[in-house]
Amino acid sequence: MFNLSVQAINSDELGRKLSSSEAGAFVTFEGRVRNHNDGKAVLRLEYEAYSAMAQKEADLVIAEARRLFPIIDLVCVHRVGLLEVGDMAVWVGVLARHRAEAFDACRYVIDQIKARVPIWKKEYYSDGSTNWVDCAECAAHAHTHALPPGER
Amino acid sequence: MDSKIVQVSYFAIFREQRGVAQESCSTESATLAEFYEELKARHGFSMAQKSLRVAKNAEFCSWDADFAAGDEIAFIPPVAGG
Repeated sequence: MFNLSVQAINSDELGRKLSSSEAGAFVTFEGRVRNHNDGKAVLRLEYEAYSAMAQKEADLVIAEARRLFPIIDLVCVHRVGLLEVGDMAVWVGVLARHRAEAFDACRYVIDQIKARVPIWKKEYYSDGSTNWVDCAECAAHAHTHALPPGER
Repeated sequence: MDSKIVQVSYFAIFREQRGVAQESCSTESATLAEFYEELKARHGFSMAQKSLRVAKNAEFCSWDADFAAGDEIAFIPPVAGG
């Protein structure tokens, strides 16, 4: 299951819902807002999503993870809106019989979400400037970004 | 070539550069690549096409793809979730 959330992520509640007597492993990843990026002091962030497409693409990522790894359940929630330093930006929880597939599936999902789900991040810096991360350098002297496998 | 009217959705840097989140556009472009270049020239978008991906009706598709009246088109800058 994937959700975008305009409200703070309640990881305790999400974790409690992931429960199975067959599970021997529960792996979570929590992404947080960092106070610096590329040498600049970050005050806050704004995440914006193409909601309908983000949902579709993230659902595909989770379906792939379920195909690739023998897990029991998987939940991912990503914030949108304004976030402060230290806030939780994304949470992934994976329930599996054994730890190896739980770690692998968790890593797969967060890596793929970062690479292909249409969510963008605007950073607000202490010097008053702002930047859409990874966008500014694409103007004029454009470079090509790696595309995920199986370009559709 | 016949013109068609499509819905264009703008996100992130595009939304800020265009000043709106969505608009209807009439175009005679045959492919999405042509359509982007048309809008880039019209609105002065800073992003080079090769840095972007394109989506039709909320799914990634090829720049060479054609498109039809009523389609929802979005240009996808490098994503930065997580």
